[in-house]
Amino acid sequence: MAPSLRFLRWSLPLAVFVVLLAFLFVGLFRDPREVPSPLIGKPAPQFSLAKLHQPGERLTTADMHGQVWLLNVWASWCVSCRVEHPLLVQLSKAKTVPVIGLAYKDKPEDGLAWLETNGDPYRMSIVDRDGRVGIDFGVYGVPETFVIDKAGIIRYKQIGPLTADALDKTILPLVRELQRS
Amino acid sequence: MIRLLLVALCIAATPAFADDALDARLKSLETQLRCLVCQNQTLAESEAPLAEDLRKEVRELALTGKSDDDIRAYLVARYGDFVLYKPPMKPVTYLLWFGPFVLLATGLGVWLLTLRRRARMRRAEGDDRALPAGADASVDIARARVLLDE
Repeated sequence: MAPSLRFLRWSLPLAVFVVLLAFLFVGLFRDPREVPSPLIGKPAPQFSLAKLHQPGERLTTADMHGQVWLLNVWASWCVSCRVEHPLLVQLSKAKTVPVIGLAYKDKPEDGLAWLETNGDPYRMSIVDRDGRVGIDFGVYGVPETFVIDKAGIIRYKQIGPLTADALDKTILPLVRELQRS
Repeated sequence: MIRLLLVALCIAATPAFADDALDARLKSLETQLRCLVCQNQTLAESEAPLAEDLRKEVRELALTGKSDDDIRAYLVARYGDFVLYKPPMKPVTYLLWFGPFVLLATGLGVWLLTLRRRARMRRAEGDDRALPAGADASVDIARARVLLDE
């Protein structure tokens, strides 16, 4: 056998093995529950929903045009929403970016009571009683947070509770960049 | 009179037949769709609240005359290709679709090469033995004995 072929004989399987190992290793640290959203880079779905605190008034997608904003999907029945809540309260005090709460599949009175006890970090909350708008946003695991730019394009989606890390390293830098443009 | 009753019954029953057909269609569609919450269940079998909502949504879309493809596209636009149990054929999924066949072909190739090399080696050995004949064979047998005694 030619020397180059002999070299291939052990190096090729080894290379395949190393590549496989690398894939599996990376896979260890990925969350299979985080399904990339097809909505990134696309316009936020159109909605017109009643406000939680003023049920007579409505908020539409167009009302938020011209500013960078966060849409945070929450519910009083959602356990992990309590985990991220202090971060949202903190964020609202800093006033860097308006956060709109989407009260997802929740009774308005339950939502109001929840905000009363835990603090209300939202510029306003809107009521998605039957989860229809949630479906349009591709929501499948509350809480979820969307970063939406001045033109109404969805730029980022956080699935699951916000973390200090995600806010400081990804979301807030992105918000600042979008606000400058 | 009885005939009239039967006719009335048939007319009354027609919508139910239509419903059955729709149910069957939705059922087969929903078994091809993934529930995002409990990822290893189909939309048809999942009891997650979201799956319930999506089934309702799918039914309403079907009732407004949307085709199965329309409904699939509707869900893919919101949740991505992941909702489809059968991944679509496109450049990012080529590895997924063709990878196993490439692996199979590679394995077959390696196997065939190995077989050919072995056959060649056996032929070469046969040639060696054909030349010296008797004397060499006795050396081999003696060597085998030594090895076996050890």
